Amino acid sequence: MSSKKQGLSSIGKKVIMALTGFFLMFFLLQHLSINLLSVFNADSFNEVSHFMGTNPLVQWVLQPVLIFSVVFHFVWGMKLEYENNQARNVKYAKYNGGANASWMSRNMIISGLAVLAFLALHFYDFWIPEINTKYVIGDTSGLIEGTENFRYHEELVHKFAHQPWRVFLYVLSFVMLSLHLLHGFQSSFQSVGFNHTKYTPVIKMLGNIFAIAIPLGFIFIAIYHYNVHPH
Amino acid sequence: MSEMNLTLKIWRQKNAADKGKMVDYKVNSISEHMSFLEMMDVLNEQLINSGDDPVAFDHDCREGICGSCSMFINGEAHGPVKGTTTCQLHMRSFKDGDTIYIEPFRANAFPVIKDLVVNRSSFDRIQQSGGFISVNTSGNTQDANATAIPKHDADLAMDAAACIGCGACVATCKNSSAMLFVGAKISQYALLPQGQVEAKDRAQNMVAQMDAEGFGNCTNTGACEVECPKGISISNIARMNREYLSGSLK
Amino acid sequence: MALNGKIPAGPIKDKWTSYKDHLNLVNPANKRNIDIIIVGTGLAGGSAAATLAEQGYNVKAFCYQDSPRRAHSIAAQGGINAAKNYQGDGDSTYRLFYDTVKGGDYRSREANVHRLAEVSANIIDQCVAQGVPFARDYGGLLDNRSFGGVLVSRTFYAKGQTGQQLLLGAYSAMNRQIARGKITMYNRHEMLDVVVVDGKARGIIARNLVTGEIERHSAHAVVLGTGGYGNVFFLSTNAMGSNVSAGWKAHKRGAYFANPCYTQIHPTCIPRSGDYQSKLTLMSESLRNDGRIWVPAKLEDVAAIKAGKLKATQIAEEDRDYYLERRYPAFGNLVPRDVASRAAKERCDAGYGVNATGEAVYLDFASAILRYGREQALLKGESSATDARLKELGKEIVKAKYGNLFDMYKQIAAENPYETPMMIYPAVHYTMGGVWVDYNLMTTIPGCYAIGEANFSEHGANRLGASALMQGLADGYFVLPYTIADYLSHDIRTGTIPTTLPEFDAAEKEVKERLEGLVNNKGIHSVDYYHKQLGNIMWNKCGMSRNEKGLKEAIEEIAALREDFWKNVSVPGGAYELNPELEKAGRVADFLELGELFAKDALDRNESCGGHFREESVEVGGPQDGEALRDDENYAYVAAWEYKGKPSEAVLHKEQLDFNDIKLTQRSYK
Repeated sequence: MSSKKQGLSSIGKKVIMALTGFFLMFFLLQHLSINLLSVFNADSFNEVSHFMGTNPLVQWVLQPVLIFSVVFHFVWGMKLEYENNQARNVKYAKYNGGANASWMSRNMIISGLAVLAFLALHFYDFWIPEINTKYVIGDTSGLIEGTENFRYHEELVHKFAHQPWRVFLYVLSFVMLSLHLLHGFQSSFQSVGFNHTKYTPVIKMLGNIFAIAIPLGFIFIAIYHYNVHPH
Repeated sequence: MSEMNLTLKIWRQKNAADKGKMVDYKVNSISEHMSFLEMMDVLNEQLINSGDDPVAFDHDCREGICGSCSMFINGEAHGPVKGTTTCQLHMRSFKDGDTIYIEPFRANAFPVIKDLVVNRSSFDRIQQSGGFISVNTSGNTQDANATAIPKHDADLAMDAAACIGCGACVATCKNSSAMLFVGAKISQYALLPQGQVEAKDRAQNMVAQMDAEGFGNCTNTGACEVECPKGISISNIARMNREYLSGSLK
Repeated sequence: MALNGKIPAGPIKDKWTSYKDHLNLVNPANKRNIDIIIVGTGLAGGSAAATLAEQGYNVKAFCYQDSPRRAHSIAAQGGINAAKNYQGDGDSTYRLFYDTVKGGDYRSREANVHRLAEVSANIIDQCVAQGVPFARDYGGLLDNRSFGGVLVSRTFYAKGQTGQQLLLGAYSAMNRQIARGKITMYNRHEMLDVVVVDGKARGIIARNLVTGEIERHSAHAVVLGTGGYGNVFFLSTNAMGSNVSAGWKAHKRGAYFANPCYTQIHPTCIPRSGDYQSKLTLMSESLRNDGRIWVPAKLEDVAAIKAGKLKATQIAEEDRDYYLERRYPAFGNLVPRDVASRAAKERCDAGYGVNATGEAVYLDFASAILRYGREQALLKGESSATDARLKELGKEIVKAKYGNLFDMYKQIAAENPYETPMMIYPAVHYTMGGVWVDYNLMTTIPGCYAIGEANFSEHGANRLGASALMQGLADGYFVLPYTIADYLSHDIRTGTIPTTLPEFDAAEKEVKERLEGLVNNKGIHSVDYYHKQLGNIMWNKCGMSRNEKGLKEAIEEIAALREDFWKNVSVPGGAYELNPELEKAGRVADFLELGELFAKDALDRNESCGGHFREESVEVGGPQDGEALRDDENYAYVAAWEYKGKPSEAVLHKEQLDFNDIKLTQRSYK
């Protein structure tokens, strides 16, 4: 039998969403682990940050994959949303979506766009200055100008210590991330075809833990630095 | 016996070309023991007697198995009671004075023919693209008991095969995705030794046809399995994904 | 025309095999030049369409539903019989043959029934190969259950949805051929006439139900797999759209209609709850294995129940009338369908019906729950279990056995059958009568075939449980494909039949005139108004119990109702658009003719056999006093009616039934 395939199939699309999602979730875990160091030990945080910021494997392999994943996840997410919206031209006069599916699962586009907006702020805060310092100015030393001290912890603290609105925006964004993950984690497993009477409940539980713990960790860090350092 | 008076907001559309609109109707003295479709019969009798065009809707067996009936009632496929087709929904689920929205199952792949009647032949075309086992009907196959099938697999295949093809999954899905319907058929055959020979090709072909019909993509909200009158599980969608992916790698 | 069943000679065991071996075949290249129309896509039509297309014929299949998968075969619950003897309980082809002939009260054709029993085993092989998920035991082999009226376990099943699974199997086989272009599928099309050219069926006139367009379709043979006509009673367990029209049109074009009065009335259906009732729902017969049927013994209790002052559970044991156990001590609640149905009617007619409509009896599981509870308590060593505990234990067992049926009942009747008795009442379920066919399944119009419930052949005057599915698939998969080839072998040089023939013009004109007449009638009553009235007449005078006076009245009343229908029916909308009321009107118009022939046939048959009970023909005196009495001397024939312009003028042709392999005996359940 011949296949009538044209472009990527509906299943192919959801698998791409799942795989990029998996990578992003792995990234979140890694990001949180490093950031937590900032709470316990500034020196370790600085050392790991410098390693990540200068290691060629991280910079030229993982970082592009990450950027690709982020872009792909967003672009495909929006494309899918558009296509799915187009699959029903005449809408229902009354649609009781809450009767059969969670808010999170029905509104991934909203939580996703909120996270995208956050990413813009986050890039503006950290990633653009970082890239600017390293590749435009060409300073890969990781040091605060004129000192022997790493700049990473200092920059982090600087962002949160004096700006309650930023802390607030971060907290809000992480709540949205949590909502996104509450559906996304288990959904990714379903998309790649993993569904098992025994293990799926475990995955759902792990997903809920992950979706709450990771954003909570980030929130904790933001609030910690806001509270601990002098205003 | 308690009786009720209701306001119905029903989608009226003369034919496929007509734009259509919601129209209000009143029905009185509805018995709580009536089925939803018997309530619609009362409305139609009323319309005919007053010289109006009765509301067209699909229905046939009225015992929940043929899959003909297809109304979207108060924002849910087959109405508010779970595990039930419209024909098995009874008026005791409503109360006096209620306003009930009645719309056709909506999806571009289910175009409206008239009023609440939609064209679900896209489902047939998906089945024609691979929803079968390529065996001749000569009867000269092996003995029915020649291959033992583990009871667990046979039961799972039966659960998947219970699909009545009503389209509630598509109507309910915010994306108008048909993956529960397609996943159920692919699963039924993938679980049985007879169906495994063609399992990979079947998944490729049926998914391709599903996409060509213009159904949306699955985002795993799980609404379909909640609204499915036969309680078909989305684990069948996961199995379809597996079959499809392993087929793609071949 | 003399009625020739064309039953092959020779011993019954070899008839089909040797007949089949000598039938003409059509060579594969010629099959491509032959068109076959199949109307109806249930088990019979669907399996025939798939098989004939697979063999190479060009098949055009028609169904009024939006998909072939929705034909009413889908609603069969219980199972399908096959003489596999997997249980090693002594089953054989002969026993299935014997049970079916006996169950049919000796009014079926021996040769047809034997053939059915022979091919039954192959059906199961075929369906398993197609992926039908039959129930299996823990060893992975097929499971069987036992059904009413037989002593072996030969029924294969797929949960309570056997009909659905078998139909989906046939549908999948059809889909394979549709994809190959060998079947052209016409969904939402209704056949409105058979076109007969030079004495042979050469096509049909069909209405596209979506556009209302009238279409001509030609073929070398026309096959009707259009099911039964139980809806002539308005209320039945049939689907809303089930109708007699295809068979009736063929009848009017020359096909004899056989035994129209043979109707199966199933005792365990959910009762009507009011005048708005549109259809009835069957509950599996298996419930009678554990349920006890009763009504109150005192009329004042009945009145108190109806007034809502008394509950069934409050009636003391001595004030209950377990009428089946009282009348039939040997078989009790397990008497055959027709006996149980009539007994319920007798009690309700006497005023003991227990719901608002007065047409319901109790089916009580309380004693079964207690009995199972005691058994479980014993097994679990709970010797001092309280009554409440016993009930709890018993309910678990009952739930495991009948859980889905109890749920269904609860959904429809809004009562919990674990706590209070179910209410049941008989309902029309299946029609054994139908278009007359010979051994080849051909009607008296050459080239026009009838298969499945649409024909009359295998079930005699009463059908056994789980045999309808067997017959439908046997006809479609394994019988018709052989016999039709013999006929078509003479058509290999005919070429495509043109639809421009004058016979097509004439038939189309008639169809259009009738449809336009209906929509332009602008009368005062809806179609349902007439259908309900017809149903009332049928149920009261041609139902479970029939007598000469009632049948004569029915004939007159139906004729009068028909006249009124054509004068005063109101059909809204136009003829050339989707118009469900117009579809109904056409079907009811045909029921109004069939109903009269039905009564005429019942009047002619002055004996009680199977589902047909004539009050004039009962045992007098002795232990069987008042029970049905068959009259083999005068009525061992098939009554085949020829249309002569009006139902009242139909001419009776008798096909004598010869029983060479089975001895005729009278049934006894006392």
